[in-house]
Amino acid sequence: MATVDIHAHPPVPHHDDHEHEHEHHHGNFWTNYIFSQDHKVIAKQYLITGIIWALIGGTLSVLFRLQLGFPDADLSWLRPLLGGWIVIDPATQVGKLDTEFYLALVTMHGTIMVFFVLTAGLSGTFSNFLIPLQIGARDMASGFMNMLSYWFFFLSSAIMFTSLFISTGPAGGGWTIYPPLSALPQAISGSGLGMTLWLVAMVFFIVSTLLGGVNYITTVINLRTQGMSFSRLPLTIWAFFFTAIIGLLSFPVLFGAALMLVFDRSFGTSFYLSDIYIAGEALAHEGGSPILFQHLFWFLGHPEVYIVLLPALGISSEIIATNSRKPIFGYKAMIGSMLFIAILSFVVWAHHMFVTGMNPFLGSIFTLLTLIIAVPSAVKIFNYVTTLWKGNIVFTPAMLFSIGLVSFFLTGGITGIFLGNSAVDIQLHDTYFVVAHFHLVMGSASFFGMLAGVYHWFPKMFGRMMDDRLGKIHFWLTFIGVYLVFFPMHYIGIAGFPRRYYSWTNFETFGGFTDLNMLVSVAAIATLSAQFIFLFNFFYSIFRGRLAPANPWNSTTLEWTTPRFPGHGNWIGEIPSVYRWPYDYSKPGAKEDFIPQTIPYSETPESNFPHENELIKLEMSNGSTIVVEERKDHGHH
Amino acid sequence: MENITTSEFKIIEEPKKQLSMNPKKFAMWLFIASVLMLFAAFTSAYIVRRAEGNWLYFELPDLFYYSTVIILLSSVTMQWAFFAARKDNLEMVKVGVGVTALLGVAFVIVQFLGWGQMADQGVYLVGNPSGSFVILLTLVHGVHLLSAIIFVLIVLNASFKLKIHSKSMSQIEMCTTYWHFLGGLWLYLFVFLLLNR
Repeated sequence: MATVDIHAHPPVPHHDDHEHEHEHHHGNFWTNYIFSQDHKVIAKQYLITGIIWALIGGTLSVLFRLQLGFPDADLSWLRPLLGGWIVIDPATQVGKLDTEFYLALVTMHGTIMVFFVLTAGLSGTFSNFLIPLQIGARDMASGFMNMLSYWFFFLSSAIMFTSLFISTGPAGGGWTIYPPLSALPQAISGSGLGMTLWLVAMVFFIVSTLLGGVNYITTVINLRTQGMSFSRLPLTIWAFFFTAIIGLLSFPVLFGAALMLVFDRSFGTSFYLSDIYIAGEALAHEGGSPILFQHLFWFLGHPEVYIVLLPALGISSEIIATNSRKPIFGYKAMIGSMLFIAILSFVVWAHHMFVTGMNPFLGSIFTLLTLIIAVPSAVKIFNYVTTLWKGNIVFTPAMLFSIGLVSFFLTGGITGIFLGNSAVDIQLHDTYFVVAHFHLVMGSASFFGMLAGVYHWFPKMFGRMMDDRLGKIHFWLTFIGVYLVFFPMHYIGIAGFPRRYYSWTNFETFGGFTDLNMLVSVAAIATLSAQFIFLFNFFYSIFRGRLAPANPWNSTTLEWTTPRFPGHGNWIGEIPSVYRWPYDYSKPGAKEDFIPQTIPYSETPESNFPHENELIKLEMSNGSTIVVEERKDHGHH
Repeated sequence: MENITTSEFKIIEEPKKQLSMNPKKFAMWLFIASVLMLFAAFTSAYIVRRAEGNWLYFELPDLFYYSTVIILLSSVTMQWAFFAARKDNLEMVKVGVGVTALLGVAFVIVQFLGWGQMADQGVYLVGNPSGSFVILLTLVHGVHLLSAIIFVLIVLNASFKLKIHSKSMSQIEMCTTYWHFLGGLWLYLFVFLLLNR
């Protein structure tokens, strides 16, 4: 028999082998910063790309707010930026926003914010950065797949970005791309090449999300350090874990829906199309159902809300506990409510479709299921408030943004109870009430979670501190600005203003709301401007910020046990073991107001609860899990 | 140990080591879950659309019965190769994996010819969604099967380099899992289509 290579692989590979000395990679610029497989570099790539997208998405919203707030204004000064999309009336020389481009602006704002900023920018940044650091792993399960995930996202971004500049304009059928509008290039110019590019970009985006998600789940399950049981995971990790599972189960469905749309658009099938006349001419498409697309789209679309929101909730749980100097209230209830939300997110999709002629009985079932989501959501709100209650609160910018998140989650969540009722929704459907609801509960809340995360983990990302004062100014301007933008929209929506309309000046009824719309637009411009304070703070601090101490927020979790500038592999020498849960803040009797996860109970007899002392005795009596070593002089843990 | 006082020693608890499995195998299962969701989406869309009426009834191509037999056979040869690898019967691994690849290619060809039989009945991709769905399902399944054939060829290559044996099973194990999954998926799709024409 021929020779066999017998380098016997053990049944379980030592992927988290503590003994093996970490090999230092000294690659070149390309392998270190561009095609890096280090989760921390990939996280920063996601963050910077996400920030650029947020800036673009925010600018688009200001453009259409100009139209909505100042419908009679002369916008010809925007011609250098928008060129032909500003149409100059030959008679009056007044420049107006092109009506179809207005639809494209709304569509791209939604697409960019939901997918490119709050999915990729949020999950991509913090799942990548925090999962290995907080569970005690050297890197993700597959660094290569992780790198691919970012570069698929980059490719998707490049295609979507290109679509902004083509002559027929980007996709214009709304971020939900409902057919038949999105399926028929002859319907609007935004259903032409722009929509094709949108679909191609989203296919790459889904591939990127799945590659990332598979990695996140595998890493959390398989690469936890010794002692890091599921009941000792920080809530951030729980949130990222659930988010990845939701994404893994829902994004393939969007892929299927988009594939069928591609077939309808490009190969002449009729999955979604039937009985359509354009300009008096009957189309060949026969036998399809546009409602089918809505079912498939919202089967992703609703879980997507929680893909966006859960990471923000996880981040804020961590920050609120740390800066209240108190254990998170109801750790298990927090996990349970996230799990419950994740499960419910798959069975409520039809509440987006109450006005599609759905059977009212079916509508009432979806109403019931939707309203049940209020229960775990309320559990989370109460737990945040009770964690803050009588805490020794430290108002860092991250803490302020986390508290802001709780505020938005509550304000926006309450209107969800209105909209979840099929009877009420018939009146409010597709009005600005809906816009106000989801911008507060999912848009702003998640955005604040992302900003809180950046402020909190910036010292770990870049080894330097962001400026505290600028952070607080940024918070107050943004917090007030967001409420000024979205709160008035409730009234506008109850009055019946529909979404996505170019202008209402032709409707006498809506004349009374001109001032309110103007206020919203001014607040939107001010809020976007305030983000430049953040941008300055962020980029300036990367290079010139104060050097960060090892553990700037006196936090308990593992990422703060790494060196100031952790290399690829995160820890020099052994990965630390974990002995306790991550929320031992202000434990009675303890010397300091926090005990890191790496401190064993045997070192903290003064603060152990009786059952924790029992735990040590139990481990000592069976002998096998205990090692006796000679004490080193510098034996501080 | 008796004469040493504890004050000179530091007690280090060794926390329990976490249960874990091969991350690649685990990631493979997650990938399978996402493929399953894709086909769940397609088949539930099929049911919803069919319930709305205006649905063209047609006979599924006879060739689909043959392709079903082929893919079931290929699962047998794949499993045979897997067992052979576990027994370090390396020649049999090559034969088993090679035959599996050939059967996989044969399956894809027969599926393609099946579309021809549909065309003979006047059922094309363009037309009533009932035909479009069958083509879509077989096409997307076929694309996944092509990816599995590439995987099988990688394993075949590794088996010629004698890199697959009882101490190095994870690659062929993952390949076998994926192959059985796609075989099972086709069986599900075929039975689904037979029951819901």
